[in-house]
Amino acid sequence: MPTPVIEAAELVKTYQTTNAVDGISFEVAPGESFGLLGPNGAGKSTTMRMVGAVSTRTSGSLSILGMDPNEHGPEIRSQLGVVPQTDNLDTELRVRENLLVYGRYFGIPRATVAKRADELLEFAQLSDRAKAKVDDLSGGMKRRLTIARALVNDPRILLLDEPTTGLDPQARHILWDRLFRLKEQGTTLLLTTHYMDEAEQLCDRLVVVDKGRIMAEGSPLSLIRQYSTREVVELRFGSERNQDAATTLQGVGERIDVLPDRVLIYSEDGEGALAEAIRRGLEPITSLVRRSTLEDVFLRLTGRSLIE
Amino acid sequence: MTAVTSRAGAATASGVRFERSKRWGAWYVAEHELRRVPGYKWSMLATAVGSPLLYLLAFGVGLATLIKTGGSAGIDGVSYAQFVIPAFLCAGALGTATEEFTFGVLLGYKWNETYLGMNAGPITPRQIVGGHILFTTLRMTATSGIFLIIAMAFGAIRFPEGLLVLPAAILGGLAFGIPIAAYSTTIREDRGQFAVIGRTIVLPMTLFSGTVFPITQLPVWLQWIGWISPLWHSTQLARDAAYGHAEPGWLTLVHLVVLVGLIAIGAVVEVRLATRRLNR
Repeated sequence: MPTPVIEAAELVKTYQTTNAVDGISFEVAPGESFGLLGPNGAGKSTTMRMVGAVSTRTSGSLSILGMDPNEHGPEIRSQLGVVPQTDNLDTELRVRENLLVYGRYFGIPRATVAKRADELLEFAQLSDRAKAKVDDLSGGMKRRLTIARALVNDPRILLLDEPTTGLDPQARHILWDRLFRLKEQGTTLLLTTHYMDEAEQLCDRLVVVDKGRIMAEGSPLSLIRQYSTREVVELRFGSERNQDAATTLQGVGERIDVLPDRVLIYSEDGEGALAEAIRRGLEPITSLVRRSTLEDVFLRLTGRSLIE
Repeated sequence: MTAVTSRAGAATASGVRFERSKRWGAWYVAEHELRRVPGYKWSMLATAVGSPLLYLLAFGVGLATLIKTGGSAGIDGVSYAQFVIPAFLCAGALGTATEEFTFGVLLGYKWNETYLGMNAGPITPRQIVGGHILFTTLRMTATSGIFLIIAMAFGAIRFPEGLLVLPAAILGGLAFGIPIAAYSTTIREDRGQFAVIGRTIVLPMTLFSGTVFPITQLPVWLQWIGWISPLWHSTQLARDAAYGHAEPGWLTLVHLVVLVGLIAIGAVVEVRLATRRLNR
């Protein structure tokens, strides 16, 4: 593995008495696309802020681009691109102006910024909105402008905190396409998300975080292999009968999960498990055999109860 | 490690120059804020030109006929308009500063979150604070400068000594505004605190700072408001420049020390609070 651009070891961040981040260690290689997955309040954003050199760690060690953020915060930040959870564009400026003023913060000469702004508007598919007011943009457009702004300094690492939360499917897919292009160009991506499909689309490697700790680490595929089965059968019997059906299904597949609305059978052979269920005399209202996804891994690791 | 540091030091293909943002960061912040000005240039210009004309009209023509102190000469041996115009110029600068260091500060932390965006880049809290002070100073220079030119054109302020009215007014605005900025930095929820500042601090301060009458007219137990008021100190300096009223040299020095002291202490506290707020 080449020298990592991010090295975090036993990272801790304490607010008053609670540990928002409670001993997280990971490394990200140059050009890698790395994801932090976890439910709300898991410590993802706090970790992002520490990596972004705007939040001082309570303990542990952290090195970004070979530098300690406690010592070289501004210098590190001059080589990062940051897409925060909520867009903090200047709504009093026009679209293109947002890129111009932001580029200046990196000491980029005026003429270079102007050229770069036009390229980035092109990349973000916002060229025709260059003179628009920020408030007149849709949610997806604002997000793309924020990403364009984060790229103004041609960053070595791009930090994305829940990049597609709140966007409609079209806007998400456009955004994924843009992020995938950056990945192809070799930009290191560090992103947080609670969308499993997003993680599968974009991450080479990821960690599942819960309550400030890492629960699992690996590529999407290896995590599915490790924490789930190849296939999942979803059976619905009606909420009254699910528990009884689960008893009858005892021993089918590798694991059974009873949810209020359905029963899940985790199995290497979904069709076989379904056939076995029917052979045991069960008559599901609906049945579905599908491949395991990261969502199955995620729910297994972080539990199904709502965390708020 | 070596690759990283050399990249940070020299210009990259993208044109990033960390050394420049380290040196000029505060100016870039001011530049950002200046870019917003075209959005409200007309309201700014109308206030800058309109208020001095109104004051000249009201106090030069209207109120002055009512107030006859000591025969032909008014207070300090000058007409009432001459007495009151430098004070209004200072109060105007202080009003601009108050606006920028209350709403302008919370805008950056909360409503527009632009400070968070700057700080996600290489800009430090100190540079953000410095840039906003720089921008506010430029804004006061523009609006109070227009006021000063109009007042000079009407002969209400002498030329060229009267040019020093401008720095006096700006010092007053900063001496009041920067400590207020420190307070604004601590506000998480807007519960109308700024309206309270306006009513319980700015208004009484304007009334009791020798703006429309000398504080010596007040009973001694009320004069202290003037002594601790940045507006009184800047107004007295401005009057000295505008028509050269008789005040001992040591008192002029006191005015300067108080104003510069408030600015220095306010700035140290404000940088500390901004650093704490932005480091989350």
